[in-house]
Parts: sequence; structure tokens; C-alpha cells
Amino acid sequence: MNAPLAPPRTRPGPRATATARATPGIAPLLGPMLAEAVAALSANRLRSGLTMLGMVIGVAAVILMLAIGNGVQGQVERSISALGSNLLIVNSGAARSGGGFSQGAGSRPTLTLDDAEAIARLPDVLAAAPTSSFAAQVVAGPTNWLTQVTTTTPAWFIVQSWFPEEGRAFSAMEERQAARVAVIGQTTARELFGASDPIGEQIRVRGVSFTVIGLLPERGQGIGGVDRDDVVVLPLTASLRLVQGGGAFRRFVRSISVAVTTPEAMAPTEAAITDLLRRRHGLSPRDENDFSITNLTAVGQTFQETTGAISLLLGAIGGISLVVGGIGIMNIMLVSVTERTREIGIRMALGAPRAAVRLQFLLEALMLSIVGCAAGVLIGTGLAVLASRFLPFPTIISPASVVAAFAISAAIGIFFGWYPATRAARLSPIEALRS
Amino acid sequence: MPVPPEDRPPEDGPPLLALEGIVKDYASEAGSFRALDGVSMTVRPGELLAIMGPSGSGKSTLMNIIGALDTPTAGRFLFDGEDTSTMSEAALAALRNRAIGFVFQQFNLLPRLSARDNVALPLVYAGLSRRERLARADTLLARVGLADKTGARPSQLSGGQQQRVAIARALAVDPRLLLADEPTGALDTRTGAEILALFKALNREARVTVILVTHDPGVAAATDRVVRIQDGRVTFDGPPTPEALAGGVGHLYEGAAP
Ligand SMILES: Nc1ncnc2c1ncn2[C@@H]1O[C@H](COP(=O)(O)OP(=O)(O)O)[C@@H](O)[C@H]1O
Ligand SMILES: [Mg+2]
Repeated sequence: MNAPLAPPRTRPGPRATATARATPGIAPLLGPMLAEAVAALSANRLRSGLTMLGMVIGVAAVILMLAIGNGVQGQVERSISALGSNLLIVNSGAARSGGGFSQGAGSRPTLTLDDAEAIARLPDVLAAAPTSSFAAQVVAGPTNWLTQVTTTTPAWFIVQSWFPEEGRAFSAMEERQAARVAVIGQTTARELFGASDPIGEQIRVRGVSFTVIGLLPERGQGIGGVDRDDVVVLPLTASLRLVQGGGAFRRFVRSISVAVTTPEAMAPTEAAITDLLRRRHGLSPRDENDFSITNLTAVGQTFQETTGAISLLLGAIGGISLVVGGIGIMNIMLVSVTERTREIGIRMALGAPRAAVRLQFLLEALMLSIVGCAAGVLIGTGLAVLASRFLPFPTIISPASVVAAFAISAAIGIFFGWYPATRAARLSPIEALRS
Repeated sequence: MPVPPEDRPPEDGPPLLALEGIVKDYASEAGSFRALDGVSMTVRPGELLAIMGPSGSGKSTLMNIIGALDTPTAGRFLFDGEDTSTMSEAALAALRNRAIGFVFQQFNLLPRLSARDNVALPLVYAGLSRRERLARADTLLARVGLADKTGARPSQLSGGQQQRVAIARALAVDPRLLLADEPTGALDTRTGAEILALFKALNREARVTVILVTHDPGVAAATDRVVRIQDGRVTFDGPPTPEALAGGVGHLYEGAAP
């Protein structure tokens, strides 16, 4: 107390300070006010944590939902691309009013191998594979396995763009000569032969022996969770004669898979096939089609749009919780402004401009939303990783969704912090001090 | 200008403060209440001035107007020749920040901040760097005898220590005018005397203009000039003669002819 009290006068002339025209802008206050916000929020950790909870849950929900949605979409995309692109399936039997097609067992197939050859000659058709499929018990030595048997021509491998990774596909010659050869999928190979090489082995389908000449590469799940690697592909002629017993069904097939050159050619080709088949089947203009054509790309797109809509819905639910979280922040910030009116008055008495007071409370709101968002991203990511273990497909966290979560949270912090911050800044210094 | 004959202005030149017919009305349920009713006075740079008067007479109202915390209902308040009613909000904030130090009866420290951070707070708004702020805060706390308490929260300090932190804070920006509204009112006599000695030293050594509100005639006796207020009017303005301190009619002006 005895030390000299007078601080050295370092200021410019008194008149300059009294009028203080050289007010520092708001920018140099950013750092100190940020530190203040951290201090204020950590001084009341429980309340800050509870306030952030809304943001945490909202962001975690958005991240998780989008990760699952992306996962579903990725799965669907894989399924669709695995189906083979630009694929038309022509089925025997009239289209039903319900939208499906009648293909009931026992109904007589209306498509023939000649139809398939005629379709293959159409412009824009890459390949057309007549196909009949049925479930059958396949036997290899002591082992047997119920699998899907597809009987077709070599064009099928082109249509599916699926070629053996080991061995080879059967040739057109082998198909015509009804060679007893088979190409099998990974699941069938594993079930029948375990780890040993299936090439050259014998399998029996409905009592007839076939030699395995090719092994198809893994293709994974199809739409609806079908295991597409659980398959045996046989030459059509061989199976027409030997497996299905021939007779009335000779040269008739259940369906024809058609690969079209470009996506744009899909619709014209669909129309061209309809014309061709109506002519070949001798249908009069009054008759209904005795076949139906399914555009798998269109089906896939519909499926994709549906899953896209589901992702959007899930995201929207998360978005609503974000807004609710923002309102929670506004609520607490309003309480905080009321509680700290005296503090605001003191700051103003010490020369805080209104803009600085607004900045301080805005930064607090922003901090709540950003920190809440960061916690939400961590929790959402953790849950998404966890979900991958339980879902039949991996969840995908897109960096864009994380960036968007932060951007939206910042916007919510500013939007819902603005009103309380403005309320604080509008206080009159003396009234705030008196509170 | 009513300058008392014996009260030689401590500095020549224009007045630091000029109050011209200040009126302050408060709205209340029973209509409006006139807390200040035409207060006029000038204060020259370097004066040490005591404002006295009974409770409710309008002393705090006057101090708040001089401190640019409140605005008068009528009349003009000029700071350093500039009419504060024409100044922008930002300019008023800068005035409070750079030119005026305010010491409150209730200290008004921020409870969450350490003594050092409380003292440094006005410097935040003055735009000083963190290093400069803390260095200056430590220097000022040492000057008020609290070098060993820089990290303490207000709740860990005695009333006298808190008031000294508040004084260090008021001095942080090196103000030209120090306002103290009953600074010793909440303190015991001995601490009050220490605080007063501090003000006196500041005024004498650094030529800081000091205005303090006090009920204590002993405190007022140590000043250059006493202004008595009653019912919102100045009833005395002159040197601290025994009659002035006793509240009697010493040097009357405004309404009362000598
Ligand atoms: N905000 C206010 N609203 C209404 N009346 C007030 C307000 N502040 C002070 N007053 C009244 O104004 C008068 C002067 O108050 P004040 O300046 O605080 O007196 P002092 O500081 O001399 O004790 C008192 O009668 C008080 O009740
Ligand atoms: Mg008072």
C-alpha cells in the first residue's frame, strides 16, 4: 500500500481517450470471448452437458441413420450392378393385374428357344439367354445339397457378365450336343466339395451325372438376401432332354434373359421384343401378351429410390431432434442471460460494447452446439460401427454427413443463440447492474 | 459558474466535467419520481471531491450519470467538453472503458474470475493482448498490496481485499476520472481509512480526478471540495469546512441567496 500508486501514463492525449474514437473492432475480442465461453460453460458442466444432450442425440441420430441409409443403398447398388446392367427378363405367361406375372408351376411355358434366337438378332441386343430354373438336390459322392439349377445357353454368361474364375464356361457346341457339363457357384462348390478343387468332379442332378468344368467367382447377396453363389448352371439342351424329361416341354423355356447395349436402348428394345414375340406367337390385336417383360434396371432404380426415401426420412427424424436440441440451447441461454444480468451490467460498466456482449453469448451458444455436435459425431460413428456387426451389410459414414452435421449445428447455434445474445446486448448498463 | 472563493482549481484549463441542469426522473407506480432536480456543477481535472447527503438524496443517481452508466432525463452532461447525449453507444462504451474507473459499494467483481482476471477484464475490451493484460493486472494488484492474491477468487478474499481488487480494476485502463460510490460503506473503519489513503495518493501523485460518495465527515474532510445533495438538489458546494461536514448551511447556492 505504500508503493507509488500512480501507474505510468501510457495513453495518448486525454482528449483522444475521452472521446475514444479509436475503438478496437470486435475482432480482437474473439479470442478472449472464446476463452470466456469455455470458462463459463465448464463452470457449469452438468448444465452444459444436459443442454448439449439434445444436440448430441440429434447429431448421433443423423450420423447413424445416414450411415445405415448409405449402407442399405450401397448394398442395393451392389445387388443391382451384380444383376448385370441393362437387363430385360422375358417371362412365359401373361402379366397379372397385380403387377407380377403368372409363372406358376405347371403352367405351360410359351417361350421357345427359337424366340430367344430371334430376340438375339434384334438390333441393340447384346445377348439373349433362354433360361429355366428349378430347385434340385445335387449329389457329389456322399454329399448332397439343395441348390438352384439354372439351365441355359452360353449367352447366359454374357448376359450376367459373370464368367468362371476357374475352369471355363460351356461352349455353344457343348450346349447343342447336350454335353453333360456344369458350371457351379462358390456356395455350391463349398457345400459339395469343401476346400478341394471341384473342377473335373462329378455331380448328379436328378440322377444324371455332369462333370464340373467351371467355378463362378463370388457374387454375394441379391435383392431380398438370396445367395446368388448357391447355383448350378447346366447346358439347356442337356437338361431339356435329360433332366426335365423332354416331351411336351422340349424347346420351351420359362424365361429369356436379354442384355441390351445401352441404357437408352432399353425402352425401344422392350417394345421391339413385344412386337417380335406377338408376331411369332401369332397373337391378334385383341389378344393379351402371353409373356411379360421385366426391366431389372427400372426395378433396381425403384428400389434405390425407395431406400433413398427411407434414408431421407431417417435423416429428417434426426434433423427434427437437432432443431429440438437448438431450442434447448436457446432456452438455457435465455435462462443464463437472466441469471447473469448483473455480470452483463458489470461488463458494460467496464466498457464492454454491446457487440462484445452479443459475441460472448453467441459464442457460448455456438460452443454448446459445436461441442454437442462433436460428441454426437463420435457417438453416432460408434453406433454405426456397432450396427455393422448386427446388420447384414456394412454401414457407411460419409465424410459429407459429418461436415454437414457440423455446418448445421453451427447454424443452429447461431440461429438459436442470436435471440438470447441480443437480449443480453440490449440491456441498459445501469438496469443490468441494479438487478 | 459557482466556484467557491477559497477553492482554487487544482489545474487550469477547461473543466473535465460539466453538469448543466441535470434532471433524472424515475417512473414508478405513483407516477414519476424526480431523483435529481436540476443539478449543475463543474469539476476540474485533478480535483478530489466528496459528495455527501442523506440516504435517498440522489447521490448514486448522480454518480451513475457522471459514470456514463445512465442518462439524464433533462439537462446536459459534458465530459471533457463533449456532450454525452450526442455520443454513440460505442463511444459511450469506450468512454466507460478508457476514461472512467468506477468503484462500487458492492465491489461488483465477477465471482467466477480470479483477482487477476477481474482486474484484466477492462483491458480485454480495450483490446490489449493477453500477455499485456496479465502483466498490467499483476502490477496493479501489487500496487494495492495484493501481489500474493492474484489467483484468488473474490469469495476467497476479505471485503477490504475485494474492494482493493475493484480499485485495481478501476485503475487498469489508467482512467482520468475515478468514481467511487460509498467505497468504504461495506468496510470496517481501518480498512476504509486504507482505501481512502489510496484514493488520496492517486489524486495527489497521479493527478487522477476523484469523486467519492461518503457519509463519513472524516473522509470528506480529507478532500478539496464537498458537494452536499438533498432531495435531488445541490445544497452546498465548497471546501470541507466544519459546517459543511456537519451538514449545516455553509455555502449555499442555487435557490438560496447568500
Ligand atoms: N431505478 C429506480 N427506480 C425508481 N426509483 C429509484 C431508482 N433508483 C433510485 N431511485 C430513487 O431515487 C432516489 C435517489 O436514489 P439514489 O440516487 O440511489 O440515492 P442515494 O444514493 O443518495 O442513497 C431514491 O428515492 C430512490 O428510491
Ligand atoms: Mg447510493
